[in-house]
Amino acid sequence: MTQPFLIGDGMTGGYGGADILHNCTIAVEKGEIAVIVGPNGAGKSTAMKAVFGMLKLREGSVRLQGEDITTLSPQARVSKGMGFVPQTSNIFPSMTVEENLEMGAFIRRDEIRTTMEQVYELFPILRDKRRQAAGELSGGQRQQVAVGRALMTKPSVLMLDEPTAGVSPIVMDELFDRIIEIARSGISILMVEQNARQALNIADKGYVLVQGENRYTDTGQALLADPEVRKSFLGG
Amino acid sequence: MEPLNALVSLANFMLIPAFAYGSQLALGALGITLIYSILRFAHFAHGDTMALGTAAVIGGTFFLQARGISIDPLPTAILALPFGIVVMAGYLLAADRLVYRYYRKVKAKPMIFVMASLGVMFVTNGITRLFMGVGETRFEDGQRFIFTVRDFREATGLAEGLALRNAQALTIVTALIVMVVLFWFLNRTRSGKSMRAYSDNEDLALLSGINPERVVMITWVITAILLVLAGTLYGLDKGFRPFNYFQLLLPMFAAAILGGLGSPIGAIVGAYVVAFAEMGITYAWRRVFTYLMPEGLEPESMMQLLPVDYKFAVTFAILVIVLLFRPTGIFKGKVL
Repeated sequence: MTQPFLIGDGMTGGYGGADILHNCTIAVEKGEIAVIVGPNGAGKSTAMKAVFGMLKLREGSVRLQGEDITTLSPQARVSKGMGFVPQTSNIFPSMTVEENLEMGAFIRRDEIRTTMEQVYELFPILRDKRRQAAGELSGGQRQQVAVGRALMTKPSVLMLDEPTAGVSPIVMDELFDRIIEIARSGISILMVEQNARQALNIADKGYVLVQGENRYTDTGQALLADPEVRKSFLGG
Repeated sequence: MEPLNALVSLANFMLIPAFAYGSQLALGALGITLIYSILRFAHFAHGDTMALGTAAVIGGTFFLQARGISIDPLPTAILALPFGIVVMAGYLLAADRLVYRYYRKVKAKPMIFVMASLGVMFVTNGITRLFMGVGETRFEDGQRFIFTVRDFREATGLAEGLALRNAQALTIVTALIVMVVLFWFLNRTRSGKSMRAYSDNEDLALLSGINPERVVMITWVITAILLVLAGTLYGLDKGFRPFNYFQLLLPMFAAAILGGLGSPIGAIVGAYVVAFAEMGITYAWRRVFTYLMPEGLEPESMMQLLPVDYKFAVTFAILVIVLLFRPTGIFKGKVL
């Protein structure tokens, strides 16, 4: 069996006290969208943070393109091609949109103009607002800034922690469309979502977590069709 | 009525001195605001480190004077500035390494940082007095005036005179240049932007690969430059006395808080407001009003709201009023 592009394999650990994750496995293939769903407190965000190195694992490993990165710091993982968009405080509010993107590319020493153009093409509204302070934008626009900032390092895998939290349904659909577009350009997407139905709809792979364990793992469509999953997690 | 004489008198005794004093405060307040936004604590050692930096400049000045080096008409102290800045930067970085870095590592609360800086303040204060004593040291040399009261009277024929001292003009020009360069640095350079990013959102700055220790280091070096300039200009203007520098802590903090902590433009505006308020409320307006009022209505009293000894009371009142009614300051800074 070939290695997935990015895999958190049999992860067990927590924030120091009791374990939150129990032998949890999350993986994503190149250019695909993987979605982590589950009830509140299931450890969805924790699982993603574990993949990004923000908590120590007691067991298990994280591998990117076959390379073991379990012991790397989050910063080092950014250099390896992982982009992360936190759920909250994911922009520099007093800096302009353009400066936010520049800061996203801080570790790059080469020309960032073309990457910035690509971000502006993906989110045209940001081009119009590029001289405006990011903190003054609407919720949906701020999320676009946050995703754009993470894209500035030209990551091979983009991790999104509840990108649609607190935005209107219309903006949510719009954001999901953009995320599909990003995945089509060859960037793998790993995403935690509250809006399980819509998220599974665009997912190649879905993970249903319960109490830090994998409960169901299948393609997004199969999970949506599974009567058990529908009954327990999607509200019938 | 002689409004022109009134204006000249006002400028000579109030406007020009207040503008120079405000410029000195602004440089100090900028340091406070920078440290607050990057290191996230109120730097109580600010006044005394300013005194130490100035002491280094004075040492350098005496050294140069003893060797007969001068740049007349400018004060020799200008030549000694780089030496003072190097000493101050070294001192602040050492203080950071020995004291503050540990508290950063254990993620101490801001109040603990403030107390630590209070300790640094006492130590710094002691070192300064060890070298300079507690008395006043004058180190201004070169040409004293750009134009004197007599020059002005002869040139204009007005009854009132106006003098512009070298130190005052130097202060105002230097402060303006430093402010422009600082804003350029913060808004246009990679390092400056990384400082603003770190101040805005520390965690995201880390994720973006910004090195916090580097940001902290740059902040101390910029603070050293600002402190040495502010202290030297203040000393040239009013003479050097360690205790006066400690007392500057209050107006500098009042300026930074009034403008909005964390906002550089706020620190500058706040500094001028504090300076003009201090001077304006303790200034004897009698002369100005004698020129302005119609004959027979000249004031008999000094028309001074408070004696000069109370100028810090004015600043303190400003501070209390701001904290009570608008704790974010004029430019919406952070709340202490």
